Amino acid sequence: MAATTRAPRPPRTLRQQEARTGRLLLSPTVIIVLAVVILPIIWAISLAFQRVRLINIRRAGLVGNYTLDNMERVFTSPGFWDSLWTTLVYTIGATVSSIGLGLVAALALRRPFPGRGAIRAAMLLPYITPVVAATFVWTVALNPQFGIVNAWGTKFLGWDEPIAFLSTERSSLLGVPVPTALLTVIVFEAWRYFPFAFLFLVARIQAIPGDLDEAARMDGATVWQRFRYVTLPQLMPVIAVLAVLRFIFTFNKFDDVYLLTGGGAGTEVISVRVYEFLTARKDVGLAAAQAVVLAVALVVLIVIYLRSTSRAEKANAR
Amino acid sequence: MSARARSSEHPEARPPGGASGATGEGGRPDGSPAGLATERTRRAETAVRPAGPAPAPTPAHRRRRRRPTTREEKVWGALRVLTIVLLVVVTVVPFWYMIVLSLRPIAEVVLEPGKIWVSLSEITTDSYRVVLRSADDGGQGFPTFLRNSGFVALVTMAVTLLAAIPGAYAVSRLRFRGRKLVSGLFLVVYLFPPMVLAIPLFVLFTRLGLRGSLLGLALVYVAQTVPVAIYMLRNYFETIPESLEEAGLMDGLTHLGVLRRISLPLAVPSVTATGLYVFMIAWNEFLFALLFLLEQPSKWTVSLGLSRLSGSIEVPSTILMAGSVVLTVPIVVLFFFAERKLVEGLTSGAEKG
Repeated sequence: MAATTRAPRPPRTLRQQEARTGRLLLSPTVIIVLAVVILPIIWAISLAFQRVRLINIRRAGLVGNYTLDNMERVFTSPGFWDSLWTTLVYTIGATVSSIGLGLVAALALRRPFPGRGAIRAAMLLPYITPVVAATFVWTVALNPQFGIVNAWGTKFLGWDEPIAFLSTERSSLLGVPVPTALLTVIVFEAWRYFPFAFLFLVARIQAIPGDLDEAARMDGATVWQRFRYVTLPQLMPVIAVLAVLRFIFTFNKFDDVYLLTGGGAGTEVISVRVYEFLTARKDVGLAAAQAVVLAVALVVLIVIYLRSTSRAEKANAR
Repeated sequence: MSARARSSEHPEARPPGGASGATGEGGRPDGSPAGLATERTRRAETAVRPAGPAPAPTPAHRRRRRRPTTREEKVWGALRVLTIVLLVVVTVVPFWYMIVLSLRPIAEVVLEPGKIWVSLSEITTDSYRVVLRSADDGGQGFPTFLRNSGFVALVTMAVTLLAAIPGAYAVSRLRFRGRKLVSGLFLVVYLFPPMVLAIPLFVLFTRLGLRGSLLGLALVYVAQTVPVAIYMLRNYFETIPESLEEAGLMDGLTHLGVLRRISLPLAVPSVTATGLYVFMIAWNEFLFALLFLLEQPSKWTVSLGLSRLSGSIEVPSTILMAGSVVLTVPIVVLFFFAERKLVEGLTSGAEKG
């Protein structure tokens, strides 16, 4: 009896071997990610609670004299709450408009027609173009002196004077005050990222069986009804995922705003602020604290969003 | 019994690996005859499957029974055409404008800023000459930038693929504890604000004297791209029939051997597409290049060099546009080279909802 329970096990089972190979194959990736992403994140959090400036950077370690000073300065510094608000408006505006435009494009290109492949490829141009080139075309086109938009606007649309789209904080349109530069940046984001939403939505639309639409059509449903009650419900899961992704990416975004306006004219989003703290003020601790606040704000917003959608889903299920 | 017989009726009609069928659909331009044909067979298949006593309606049959288009449908049809035209204008015209400006003399642009074409008589390549001349000759030195960008992007691509191919294989095929944890880790990397990473990396690189090092920059890019690459490659690997790999294992290959001799050769097009995508990300990146390379102009990438043009003394917009064309063309060419596979890899999760 005792002999059977103590039967010598083979040195390594196939299952164990497989697990070993799996870990071995993943290890280079995990090591790189730990070293270049995870450790720096921890270090950033630590830096946020230390007094470090670029001059005394040599003393900046993982441990030091922790202080809440930076955090206090982040929250009391002038423009912080404005910047947070700007970031929110910018993020929500860009997310909604890019997904909306992507949905319109996906629906318009739903049925095959000659040349659709080429048009679909052209639609991806804004998304794949390097950000520096994309922002430069916009900057040049919107230039008040020799940009094409203002040239056409004054010539054909009867504008009284050229509009400095990227450096005007506020102007009034038909008596309504408009945050011009911020709005321009949001339109740029919609233009640049609608292909992203378009790609995912097109893929999903093409996987919807045609029978459903056909059946609704036979029953006399209008085009709008077919979209609202047949197609849209099938797209909702993808739209929800896209909303989260685009929100996160836009909330973190630095390049686009920095290159278009440099954060001026009421477009200072938090990432640009972090960059200013780091390079212009040379205050590493303050920049780290501001960046950590950015990350925490993002996590809080995402949790709120996920909670509310799961609650809505539960309500629907009932 | 009958259910099983039905499901085994068209085993070869479906591409292997459930999801891949839908994936193929997503990437194929259905305007092509091949696309239409598969569309038709798919429809016929779905129509036949619940085979009842009623005769299965063929597509042609259906088309005949279609009601004539209503007025409402005509309005929407017109709107659709209008939308497509507008979308094409919005996406293509900026690039057209970029090319036109890069070929016009600056004096003409100032005189006639609203002109959207370039007449043959005024075409000039001066802007490109200035951009491409080396800094010593009074140019903008883009050849150096191009070399730097190419170097960083190629190193990033090579290292990322070297790490991501085995990693993706492990995630898609091997069972081991901690696999879920690793996937979660990658998601965090993918979604985390780069600005948070930038600060400690900036401090670290300054202390190690790695600022201005293209290899250091490439290392950061690798960490940023490996998770995406693994995600894309995993989707491809999962479409390879498992039976093929099992046959390899039966014949005495190790898992590594299976990867090298069976899975990898089958995945070559997909690996190429993933590599190009990583190359594009590295080529386009701006923030880390700005933080790490700013003080050393000889190490600038094209993106950084171009962005500095506008910051310096008054540089004519024609030259900015010529530089933008130089920056954009390689990426657009690479993209159209691999578009189909790339789009497939990026969106293959979407069909499942």
